[in-house]
Amino acid sequence: MKEFTYERARDVGGAVALLDADPQARCLAGGTNLVDLMKAGVERPGQLVDVRALPLDRIEPTDDGGLRVGATVTNSDLAAHPQIRRHYPALAQAVLEGASGQLRNMATVGGNLLQRTRCAYFTDTALPCNKRSPGSGCPARTGEHHNHAILGASEHCVAVHPSDMGVALAAFDAVVTYETAEGAAELPLADFYLPVGETPHLETALPPGALITSVTLPPAPVAARSRYRKVRERASYAFAIGSAAAALDVSEGVVREVRLAFGAVASRPWRARVAERVLTGQPASGAAFAQAVDAELAAAEALPLNAYKVPLMRNLVLALLTELAEEAAR
Amino acid sequence: MAPATASAITLTVNGEKHTLTVDHRTTLLDALRERLELTGTKKGCDQGQCGACTVLVGGRRVVSCLQLAVAVGDEDVTTIEGVANGEHLHPVQQAFLDLDGFQCGYCTPGQICSALAVLEEHAAGWPSAATEDVRPEAGPPALTPEEIRERMSGNLCRCGAYVSIVQAVAHAAEQTGGRTAEEPQKETKEPAA
Amino acid sequence: MTTTAKPPAVGVAHSRVEGRDKVTGAARYASEHHFEQLAHGWFVLSTVARGRVRAVDDEAVRAMPGVVAVLHHGNAPHVATDYVSFLGPPDPTCAVFQNDRVPHAGWPVALVVAETPEQAREAAEALVVEYDEEAHDIAFRADRPDAYVPDQGSPVAAKGDLDAELAASAVVLDATYSTPEQHHSAMEPHAATARWDGGRLEVFDSNQGSMWVADELAKMFSLDPASVRVRSEHIGGAFGSKGMRPHQAAAVMAATALDRPVRVALTRRQTFAITGYRSPTTQRVRLGADHDGRLRAFGHEVLNLTSTLRPFVETSAALGRVLYDAEAHHTAHRIVELDVPTPTWMRAPGEAPGSFAVETALDELAERLGMDPIALRARNEPAVGPLSGLPFSSRDLLGCFTEGARRFGWADRDPRPRTRREGRWLLGTGTAAATYPSGAAPSTASVTAEPDGGFTVRISAADVGTGARTALTLVAAEVLGVDPAGVTVRIGDSDFGPAWVAGGSMGTRSWAWAVTSAAEDLRDQLALRGQDVPPEGLTARVDTARLLAELAKKERHSFGAQFAEVAVDVHTGEVRVRRMLGVFAAGRIVNPLTARSQLVGGMTWGISMALHEEAVRDPASGRHIGADLAGYHVAANADVPLVEADWIDDPVPGDPLGIKGVGELGIVGAAAAITNAVWHATGVRHRDLPLRPDRVLRAEEAGQGA
Repeated sequence: MKEFTYERARDVGGAVALLDADPQARCLAGGTNLVDLMKAGVERPGQLVDVRALPLDRIEPTDDGGLRVGATVTNSDLAAHPQIRRHYPALAQAVLEGASGQLRNMATVGGNLLQRTRCAYFTDTALPCNKRSPGSGCPARTGEHHNHAILGASEHCVAVHPSDMGVALAAFDAVVTYETAEGAAELPLADFYLPVGETPHLETALPPGALITSVTLPPAPVAARSRYRKVRERASYAFAIGSAAAALDVSEGVVREVRLAFGAVASRPWRARVAERVLTGQPASGAAFAQAVDAELAAAEALPLNAYKVPLMRNLVLALLTELAEEAAR
Repeated sequence: MAPATASAITLTVNGEKHTLTVDHRTTLLDALRERLELTGTKKGCDQGQCGACTVLVGGRRVVSCLQLAVAVGDEDVTTIEGVANGEHLHPVQQAFLDLDGFQCGYCTPGQICSALAVLEEHAAGWPSAATEDVRPEAGPPALTPEEIRERMSGNLCRCGAYVSIVQAVAHAAEQTGGRTAEEPQKETKEPAA
Repeated sequence: MTTTAKPPAVGVAHSRVEGRDKVTGAARYASEHHFEQLAHGWFVLSTVARGRVRAVDDEAVRAMPGVVAVLHHGNAPHVATDYVSFLGPPDPTCAVFQNDRVPHAGWPVALVVAETPEQAREAAEALVVEYDEEAHDIAFRADRPDAYVPDQGSPVAAKGDLDAELAASAVVLDATYSTPEQHHSAMEPHAATARWDGGRLEVFDSNQGSMWVADELAKMFSLDPASVRVRSEHIGGAFGSKGMRPHQAAAVMAATALDRPVRVALTRRQTFAITGYRSPTTQRVRLGADHDGRLRAFGHEVLNLTSTLRPFVETSAALGRVLYDAEAHHTAHRIVELDVPTPTWMRAPGEAPGSFAVETALDELAERLGMDPIALRARNEPAVGPLSGLPFSSRDLLGCFTEGARRFGWADRDPRPRTRREGRWLLGTGTAAATYPSGAAPSTASVTAEPDGGFTVRISAADVGTGARTALTLVAAEVLGVDPAGVTVRIGDSDFGPAWVAGGSMGTRSWAWAVTSAAEDLRDQLALRGQDVPPEGLTARVDTARLLAELAKKERHSFGAQFAEVAVDVHTGEVRVRRMLGVFAAGRIVNPLTARSQLVGGMTWGISMALHEEAVRDPASGRHIGADLAGYHVAANADVPLVEADWIDDPVPGDPLGIKGVGELGIVGAAAAITNAVWHATGVRHRDLPLRPDRVLRAEEAGQGA
């Protein structure tokens, strides 16, 4: 870890000015990913701009009935918030399924979206990695990739995004608000992450020097009946090998609205829009659920060691939708 | 003048103020262990992957290995050295001792600090991943062994003392007035003489 | 002969005597001793898996802030490597920086020493090391043509004609099992602080035998043994990995070169590379039986890997020589040398992976015979050592199964697989046998009667979390007829003289023997003096070498029966252990509280081994991929249900002590009990560990389910 300067920003304008002035500067919030990557030599910032003292730690209702979550709200506070638990239970569950109690107390909403992949080739600086060192190659494709992407990857990178929170945010059409020297702007989560393509090192559409200030959850009555399920290699304190957030509105046996997003299958939280389209208006039956998820997974491109993720996601989503449908029928 | 890569900070640890100059790279963990000689907080992985370095900052449990010392600010830090009341062990410490909630003892300070926070978080009504229904209408979950296991999962114990750790946390919760639920299976552990 | 009315100390639960220090943070571990002028060493490990170091460009790094030295093969002092230590020839990994050869990825190529850990880390990261890389070979496969029978230990043991008995058997099983590379992952990373103090070398270290490390350091650096002191008061877990390792040698080199105290603390990632690990195994088991379950043939052939530096045998085929008899009985080890680090002992070396294969095979055979797995084991219970012909000092495996079956509710089990369901979970139960040798090794100890009425025991023992310090306190108190509070046990100091290490489940037995003998001696001396203690105190000192030599030659082992209930979601591949019970016959239990913790800890390792642990090497680079605690999973709290361990009476006639070890026994058979339960739940037999969700799911998808 090289030496760096440290500034504690007092207001958003000050933070943005610091980030704007120094391309080597990085935002420090919870530090749960950044400090680890700095120790590993993957991140080598010249300056840290500490944003935790900024007044961005509130969860407030929006005028249209949604919720605006400040960027420095900790994972713990997000998951414990009564309105989140009431109106977006899958989001609270997703957050609680991530990391540990200690890490959730530190990690923030903004930082969660910006966290880097846990691909072991990315975090080992002795090895090639197109994401860390563009053009050096991707040994994961022919090496250890049992927890790598099946959707939206490219020959240049098959890493997955590790977030649980992001999966629920994707399902609920969250919108990211950020600030630059030019002022405030918004990015729907759907447009927040860039396609992998030939540039896996370019991960988000945020302009350089941008500071995430909040994440807005639009009102979504369907989200009140939502659930997050995560499969991992131990019962707790492990990243997903497959996860899904789902919300289902069924009336008279017909799916009126469905939200579905997958985790640990792509370089970003994967909104399953194909499946949603196929399922909407169909009977809430196992057959329809299977048809929908199969339609989404038709695009899957598996490698030898991660092919299991296709049946895993199919089974997981089928079980999740079935549970939600049974609850609705109750 | 070269930009500063070290800063003078004041850390309040277990109620005592310490003023020191830290390299910005210094974590809270290293500041405690190397600078303040508070070695009760342990370094197990230095990567946020084991929980051995758990301390309370502003009353909340964090992994001190990923917390830069310079960024702690004016929040109070509580380490294992500040848990007992003089010679009088905290009920959580006493339960770990009596029920043998440790073996080598290296993860123990982190487990105990974590357990203190678990009791607080549970008392505040926080749900966990083990909570069947997270909606506030469902009410706060009882502190079942399953809940304790999930909430304590950020603290690895390689000796394999989890069974006793869960019993110690449940026992301490009873002592301190928390709601617990009995494990259905028969209990075989005899208390220490 | 005890002449006191004091209540017994041995056999009564006693919390750890150092427990208060451990729950208050007062206990100091190896990297927690502070000295003026302390410098910090940081290893630089090779990025390539095979080759030579062409150049270490240390000039730029020496100019970095705080850097005081850069040690590497170009400037490090020569040390001896041709000695024989306390535990045999040294591990060549430990004599750091002696040549330019790189035999595996993660080989120590330099040590950067700086004023602060932050400076040392940055300088170590900045150090440019150039390599002449050579093609490496890390492919571990059962069909390696270069595998060979090692010439150490007992690689092969055989009686009868295996092929003929297999041919004559009514039911035959021939299956291959595998276990992956596994790492100790003690919570405390290895660390040593070395300093010269008044002409003596003093090393604060985390190890399983301070005498062992002191002996190695004296020989490696050609020092008078009396001038080397190694202290290891508290150890944050060891499990076989904490013997002589590279960090002690590097710390001594740097402290000597700089004439100031130097600490070398390994990072978690570095512990994965240079502190040993359990070799992967591939194991072929062949069983042949009559219809009534009597074994005619028992064959177990094991292959493990080792480095190009030193042969290491994971003695997985050894436990079959104890557990079951057969007309023909063949067990054999082979090893293959690859460009990987040298494996070492890890909790129940040999027995842990070996029991997975043998105890799964027994379950498979029971299934084919339509026999209860416990009945099958009872049918093949030997009267004497199946190969040695020696009598057992005590053996009550069947007593363990009987008591375990009763408590676990085994009689109510429907033996048909895939018959119990609860929501999304399929449920099943399984069992397996456990055994581990109960050896003893010579040790010295002293017991002193202090003028204030107290007693002090000194022995170079190590408490790696086993509760040894407490057990020895109880043993001494029992012999002396005093309250344990009146006994102070001092351990972890090589100045206390030679003693066995905390290993092989022989620690407590070996040390307790020495302490018992010294305490008896002291008690007799005190009786002769009318209990008069001189002002300087009265000390009795013993060496148990002669006593041990008098012990009759017998098969000496502990035994146990493992039971597990699991839940499997075959649609996601998730496996959860719901409950475990182990009932053991482990001799005289010194401290029920800590012995139970040890056994439960071992069983918890069994859960971890069955479901989680696997180190993966990248074929292209030869590097261990994901070498940290997020990449190498050990069981977390949520993975471990109520695990119960208990024991039955196990007197050992003719044994003056009657104590056996409990450190390793708990893991033996535990993984097999779990995988056997997974078969019972799903109808799918898993022969490769660990049972990760992808493997369980793939097996289900492949239609292996009933």
